[in-house]
Amino acid sequence: MVYSFPEEVLEYVFAFLSSDKDRNAVSLVCKSWYEIERWCRRRVFIGNCYAVSPQIMIRRFPEVRAVKIKGKPHFADFNLVPERWGAYVYPWISAMARSYPWLEEIKLKRMVVTDESLELISKSFKNFKVLSLSSCEGFTTDGLSSIAANCRNLRELDLRESEVEDLSGHWLSHFPDNFTSLVSLNMSCLGSEVSFSALERLISRCPNLKTLRLNRAVPVEKLASLLRRAPQLVEFGTGACSTEIRTDIFSNLVEAFSGCKHLESLSGFWDVVPAYLPAMYCVCSRITKLNLSYATVQSPDLVELISQCSNLKCLWVLDYIEDAGLKALSSYCKDLQELRVFPSDPYSAEPNVSLTEQGLVTVSAGCPKLQSVLYFCRQMSNAALIAIARNRPNLLRFRLCIIEPQAPDYLTLEPLDTGFGAIVEHCKELRRLSLSGLLTDRVFEYIGTHAKKLEMLSLAFAGDSDLGLHHVLSGCESLRKLEIRDCPFGDRALLANAAKLETMRSLWMSSCSVSYGACKLLGQKMPNLNVEVIDERGPPDSRPESISVEKLYVYRTVAGPRADKPDFVWTMDEDGALRFS
Amino acid sequence: MTMISEEHKKEKLGFEETELRLGLPGGGGIVNEDLVKNTNANGKRWYTETVDLKLNFALKETEKGENLQEEKNLISCSNDSVKPPPKAQVVGWPPVRSFRKNIMAVQKSSSEEGGGGAATFVKVSMDGAPYLRKVDLNMYKSYQDLYGALGKMFSSFTMGICDSQGMIDFMNESKLMDLLNGSDFVPTYEDEDGDWMLVGDVPWEMFVGSCKRLRIVKGTEAIGLAPRAVEKCKNRS
Repeated sequence: MVYSFPEEVLEYVFAFLSSDKDRNAVSLVCKSWYEIERWCRRRVFIGNCYAVSPQIMIRRFPEVRAVKIKGKPHFADFNLVPERWGAYVYPWISAMARSYPWLEEIKLKRMVVTDESLELISKSFKNFKVLSLSSCEGFTTDGLSSIAANCRNLRELDLRESEVEDLSGHWLSHFPDNFTSLVSLNMSCLGSEVSFSALERLISRCPNLKTLRLNRAVPVEKLASLLRRAPQLVEFGTGACSTEIRTDIFSNLVEAFSGCKHLESLSGFWDVVPAYLPAMYCVCSRITKLNLSYATVQSPDLVELISQCSNLKCLWVLDYIEDAGLKALSSYCKDLQELRVFPSDPYSAEPNVSLTEQGLVTVSAGCPKLQSVLYFCRQMSNAALIAIARNRPNLLRFRLCIIEPQAPDYLTLEPLDTGFGAIVEHCKELRRLSLSGLLTDRVFEYIGTHAKKLEMLSLAFAGDSDLGLHHVLSGCESLRKLEIRDCPFGDRALLANAAKLETMRSLWMSSCSVSYGACKLLGQKMPNLNVEVIDERGPPDSRPESISVEKLYVYRTVAGPRADKPDFVWTMDEDGALRFS
Repeated sequence: MTMISEEHKKEKLGFEETELRLGLPGGGGIVNEDLVKNTNANGKRWYTETVDLKLNFALKETEKGENLQEEKNLISCSNDSVKPPPKAQVVGWPPVRSFRKNIMAVQKSSSEEGGGGAATFVKVSMDGAPYLRKVDLNMYKSYQDLYGALGKMFSSFTMGICDSQGMIDFMNESKLMDLLNGSDFVPTYEDEDGDWMLVGDVPWEMFVGSCKRLRIVKGTEAIGLAPRAVEKCKNRS
């Protein structure tokens, strides 16, 4: 090697690389590129907070400005991960407080965040700009007060779907009078009423506010006043819209909305009285994202609204929309890319709405850009799935939840293997798949053979034997996350594919047939994996080795076994012994 | 946070009760330690391993004993009707997030009350406090939740609450009198008839539907309400 670029030039070039994959590739070229790259990496994404330690991150990347960290496994969303499992953010905040004084962004998902952590954030980072807490828990509105009071340059505060202990709405009043930098505020998950006048004043003095998602406590009659102060809004979430309809409220609302020339996204609509929906018609033609998943409104009213949204790209809605509504959607919204249909009454034995597989088939036929689907329904057929697959080979995410576990094809009573097989065969770019219904090992054979780009797979009540799991682990080359519950998968497939687990982020198996002995063996064989047994029946040692563990969470890591395990989690270590924390 | 753990507990309880039915549509079958699947007449499958995991009482015995226990339970299941069990609440199924479930539960109960799906904001006043507050009763799932919220709003306020459900045993008049004499403040409410009642006399959902206003009064002042409340309660039952 005769010459090389000066470091400054390389740094300048690397600054154009935003994807982590590219940066990781660059850092492998040679030692000097590794060094240059690590000093100029500004954004770090940690998909599993236990895969690496804060110290390791800080040692390698000393000049980070933005971190994104994910904690609990996805199935925690459905109460499958016991409380006190972990994913505490405090150690990360405390380490970063010492080493990253210029940190600007913290985005967390499924982590336990305490008021102490929030206070530390608010006091440690002078230029702090973005705080996003998605599906987090462990903090109260007092923690929010610290953030509001101390983060002088805050731009984003997004609490989406976090469980916050709501002590009062007073936190909002802690934003100082000279605080004007707010761009995005999402407080939709909070319960208590904030001071409305404080909210009005805050909005008035923040000219760059683009996103405002209110909570239920803001009644519909107050919306007009807020919208008038922020006509530049791009994303808006209402509060509860349940006040009895009155002409003055309605006309104020229409006027306020018509002043909002930049609105693209609407959400909220809790308990919305259908008569309010027409107030939004004037903005519908610009709307690209609509979240009506809390609106208990019947199909005809939904259709009225949706039929005006010709540019709709993303729709989240309850199954009140019914097949008829989905038919209308497919004819009015030709740009639709993402559809999520949630169940209004998931626990009733009988269907309460007329929503079947037909609705989804119609949308797949009518919406050529559809790439992302989440659909809850009560019946499905292979024929429908095959039709969907043929209609939409461009699908990237397909999550189907047939409410009854192991429900067969309702027409033929056969398993849904061929239907899902068609999905993976036709949709060659499929990245995410969730299965449901009656499924044998066959479907996994199809998946292993065809789903080469699949990154995340979720299974429940499916398969016959280890062969099913083996097909998936040996065939799905791009697999990163696999989560399984209540499937008869056991030791053999897991041990035979142990090496595969090091190429994945994580594997979750609960209520399956993996024995304690196999877990120990896996822990012994694979030093780069944390093999964690979650068992609330007491130490696995107190039972015979052949007994299946309750839950198993396996993930690759460079940080060694967790030091913060609760008393129902055990790490299988290299010595084949139990490791307690 | 309490809401989640309570819900989690509830689900766990429900789950334990229905454990036997999980994955077991009935039908005969030979229990074999190595068997991982079996098929009954309907073509549905059940898993011995799944059963094994969930029969907590069975797991206290030895392995051999366990299998025997399994057999007993499975055989007793096979005597049940072949139809799948009525919507047994399996933990985490269907996969609806708790966040969404909580919202839907609140909306459902309010619409069942015939409130027209409205948020139920009621004014709350406290004797001696200089300000009124408003609460949305639909935000709470039980009396405990409401008391917690009210307690935080009016922090000098202590609740003289009775049983774990937050309901008052109106049938025991002397107990009631003790309660009212002893506590600092007591929540009362105006119901749809315009009567002032002691909070806690009816099941929560009924209360949400009939409460028009809340007033937190000194315990001694509420004594006047007690006999009427008891009467109304007696008339109802």
